[in-house]
Amino acid sequence: MTDTTANAAHFEAHHAHEAHHDADHKPGFFARWFMSTNHKDIGTLYLIFAIIAGIIGGAISGMMRMELADPGIQYLQGWAQVQNPNATFDEALHLWNVLITAHGLIMVFFMVMPAMIGGFGNWFVPIMIGAPDMAFPRMNNISFWLIVPAFILLLGSSFVPGGTGNGAGTGWTVYAPLSTSGSSGPAVDMAILSLHLAGASSILGAINFITTIFNMRAPGMTLHKMPLFVWSVLVTAFLLLLALPVLAGAITMLLTDRNFGTDFFDASGGGDPILYQHLFWFFGHPEVYIMILPGFGIVSQVVATFSRKPVFGYLGMAYAMVAIGVIGFIVWAHHMFTVGMDVNTKMYFTAATMVIAVPTGIKIFSWIATMWGGSLSFQTPMLWAIGFIFMFTVGGVTGVVLANGGVDNNLHDTYYVVAHFHYVLSLGAVFGLFCGWYYWFGKMWGRDYNEVLGQLHFWIFFVGVNILFMPMHFIGMDGMQRRVPDYADAFAHWHGWATTGYIIMGIGMLFFFLNILWSLLFGKKTPPNPWGEGATTLEWTLSSPPPFHQFETLPRID
Amino acid sequence: MTALARKNGRTAALAALLVAAMVGLAFASVPLYRLFCQVTGFGGTPLRASEFESDLAPAGKMIRVRFDANTNSALPWNFKPERKVERVAIGAREMAFYTAKNLGDRPVTGTATFNVTPAKAGQYFTKIQCFCFNEQTLKPGEEVRMPVVYFVDPKILEDADASRIDEITLSYTFYPVDSGKKQS
Repeated sequence: MTDTTANAAHFEAHHAHEAHHDADHKPGFFARWFMSTNHKDIGTLYLIFAIIAGIIGGAISGMMRMELADPGIQYLQGWAQVQNPNATFDEALHLWNVLITAHGLIMVFFMVMPAMIGGFGNWFVPIMIGAPDMAFPRMNNISFWLIVPAFILLLGSSFVPGGTGNGAGTGWTVYAPLSTSGSSGPAVDMAILSLHLAGASSILGAINFITTIFNMRAPGMTLHKMPLFVWSVLVTAFLLLLALPVLAGAITMLLTDRNFGTDFFDASGGGDPILYQHLFWFFGHPEVYIMILPGFGIVSQVVATFSRKPVFGYLGMAYAMVAIGVIGFIVWAHHMFTVGMDVNTKMYFTAATMVIAVPTGIKIFSWIATMWGGSLSFQTPMLWAIGFIFMFTVGGVTGVVLANGGVDNNLHDTYYVVAHFHYVLSLGAVFGLFCGWYYWFGKMWGRDYNEVLGQLHFWIFFVGVNILFMPMHFIGMDGMQRRVPDYADAFAHWHGWATTGYIIMGIGMLFFFLNILWSLLFGKKTPPNPWGEGATTLEWTLSSPPPFHQFETLPRID
Repeated sequence: MTALARKNGRTAALAALLVAAMVGLAFASVPLYRLFCQVTGFGGTPLRASEFESDLAPAGKMIRVRFDANTNSALPWNFKPERKVERVAIGAREMAFYTAKNLGDRPVTGTATFNVTPAKAGQYFTKIQCFCFNEQTLKPGEEVRMPVVYFVDPKILEDADASRIDEITLSYTFYPVDSGKKQS
């Protein structure tokens, strides 16, 4: 706490060796990192937060994979006994529900979203449009510091009663009546409050991004000249603005149903539990685009950079994202084909869902067309980008299969669905994140990463996740239900492969951390533009890392 | 910068307005969803008519109607249909009875939600008169017979998705009015 006030000596120390005297006044450690209003520092905080959350969420998936390695219940009882030595079998099974809930919520709200939007969005949206910072720097600080208590609340909920045992075991969807009359105790209330805080954080962030992108573009940076990553964040911010309040409303109703005697979702009080599902998925479907759209943006930048060509069909790419965002709001009920909808409703939601394949196809083909005839170089970010395109296409194809109301009757809540959304999210969004991580690594931290370690990370991770998730299609089609810790012996073979895949993926992740360590110890200083002529966006005109305050005089774009 | 700050404030205010509107929409969805279901018969919500349409004639086909009764655990009533299943003529005005008895020692007011399955049948199942349209108050130990007057619309036979339905289940759930929350 001693260095909350920056004194002259601080500044002079920097003045001594920094070229940008006026641009590089960094406050002391506490003021810089805990009271930050600097978009790059807040971006860094978000990235660190997301890495920590990712480690926790990934460890939870490791626990689940361990239990699923063989048929029968091997470890759950023991884990349940860590908190409660007298844990019953039912409490052990409840722990499973707590694990799947925590894994889903952490990865969605505390890993992918903070990294994509809070991390890369904060870091690069202002720079890419030639702005000195975000429109509301202090609101930016609030956004970040809301997500930290939200995460603590969610983690804390695991240690208080949540019905059958400790923790919220509702699934990330928090469906009523399991989440209302089915889960007594404070755990679910804590989880709901955690979602409220995370939602408020994201809404404030979205308002900030929209204002920044609309009002703070450098002279000449028209909307139709903005880099596609900025476009992707703009569309994402609008999705957040329209979708999150609906989630907030729905979970507020859950909260009052739980604690204040209302009956919004209780049929025996005049309510309707299906309404919760409608509200949740009205948020939930745009949410999956919120997670993937910034990945689209990152991949567009990277593919163009490493093809040394402008992206093919720029306007088509931008408006494809807008179209995906718009259509994303009118397809929600394809998540609830089995609630008893009539045939006409199913037909509508099937057809509307398939329409999304059109703008998505435009994007896939435009990326390929960008690479076509380009001067390609396959450095780590490009590998992740191509990996993203491949994996997202696989996940997209299974998505079209699942979009069929009739087929979904059979595949609903099976591992086929699990495989589908892990291909688009775990492998799509996460590949997009790693793509951005390596693309901007030198730019953000000022030091090179190791190319060999980066490529090892990619290849091992790529092989691992495919061995992990591809077999889930097979057992899913054979009827393996999701969210169940035990299974018939017939599924053991492919579960075994999945477990092997998890281990390989874990080894791949070691190289991610090794690479950070290598860069800290041996990384050479990154030049302003390490990628050459293909990297045309504004961040490459600045030093690496960029000065603490950039663009004191606004750049002109012609 | 002040011009920019004003402009930023305006954009942020508009965005915040959008958020407020969506929150409002989320809560408005509760009555809107109910209204939508009542008007369209969506999700198995039976339609309501004030009078029997006299131009309706029995279509000469029969359908089974099954009667189901549920009671909220906070309501000390014994609520059940007099007959579990009836075969009725499609297009004819029909009447069924439920009975309810207050087993508690205080007068209690209850009301019932209702639904039919299959959901597709909702738009062809029309109630003319129903105890569920009003609240019912029962004195301790009082038992009442409660009528439902309804008809199955002959148009059900013209709907490709509903014409093969041979049984419609009409389900009621009675719950206390102004009860506060049940124990959960």
